[in-house]
Amino acid sequence: MEVGLGHYLTVGAILFVTGVFGIFLNRKNIITILMSVELILLSVNINFVAFSAFLNDLVGQVFALFILTVAAAEAAIGLAILVVFFRNRGSIAVDDVNTMKG
Amino acid sequence: MLGLQATFFYFFALIAVGGGLMVVFSRNPVHSVLFLILTFVAAAGLFLLTGAEFLALILVVVYVGAVAILFLFVVMMLDLDMGRMKKGALKYAPFGAIIGLALLAQLVIALSGSYLAPSTATTLATPMPIPPLDQVTNIEALGQVLYTRYILFFQIAGLILFVAMIGAIVLTLRHKEGVRRQSIPVQVARNPKTAIEIVKVESGRGL
Repeated sequence: MEVGLGHYLTVGAILFVTGVFGIFLNRKNIITILMSVELILLSVNINFVAFSAFLNDLVGQVFALFILTVAAAEAAIGLAILVVFFRNRGSIAVDDVNTMKG
Repeated sequence: MLGLQATFFYFFALIAVGGGLMVVFSRNPVHSVLFLILTFVAAAGLFLLTGAEFLALILVVVYVGAVAILFLFVVMMLDLDMGRMKKGALKYAPFGAIIGLALLAQLVIALSGSYLAPSTATTLATPMPIPPLDQVTNIEALGQVLYTRYILFFQIAGLILFVAMIGAIVLTLRHKEGVRRQSIPVQVARNPKTAIEIVKVESGRGL
């Protein structure tokens, strides 16, 4: 039984849906939301690499590399904002974010 | 009987999917981060199976080594009140389930069809064909494309990382009150008049 493109796309799709569901399930906990975003980006990367391998095109891997870069930058900035927010408020509940003053 | 490739594919795929589910459903954020690491390692295995060796190793180095550890630092540094966070968390779960199922249904419909129309599949130009792995290694092939045709995007990616680094430092830098810091201009501007005090001490008595 040969592993084809559909198998990889299925794994990517399941991870993507898991990430989207995680955003709704853990909407009080912003750290888990950030981790869900990382899951979504990982599933996109799996799709890119799978298409790259099965279409015999190297550009997919180049693009996956850039997505990796942007995801790393996004995680760093997001966590930095989270740390500053926690210093100001003493909690990271998403409900408190609507008052951004001070 | 599964072939060797299929066996490893299902092994890594099951670990990745199970790890992803545990990231979302785990009660403790520390466990979530650890399952995220597991998912990344399994995804690196999947990348290896497709022949994207460099991306697999980068995934382990960058994600497991840097991003996940950053998450772990923040989770452990912040004193989180999980009881308050879990309160009313399930209120939106049905909504999320509906959206997730709708998305999954769309993806299943898309995946069960053909990915490419047969007419485009033959005429689809592959501008950068992957050279065979036994002649040119994956990292060499990737580098020959990345440093020539995509050099502008490579530089912009570096710029994004630079801006992110400066932004993270500026956001989290904090000047504490009451901490004595080194001030170079003050040190350089010192002269004997301000630094030395000559005291006449009478003999037989202390200061």
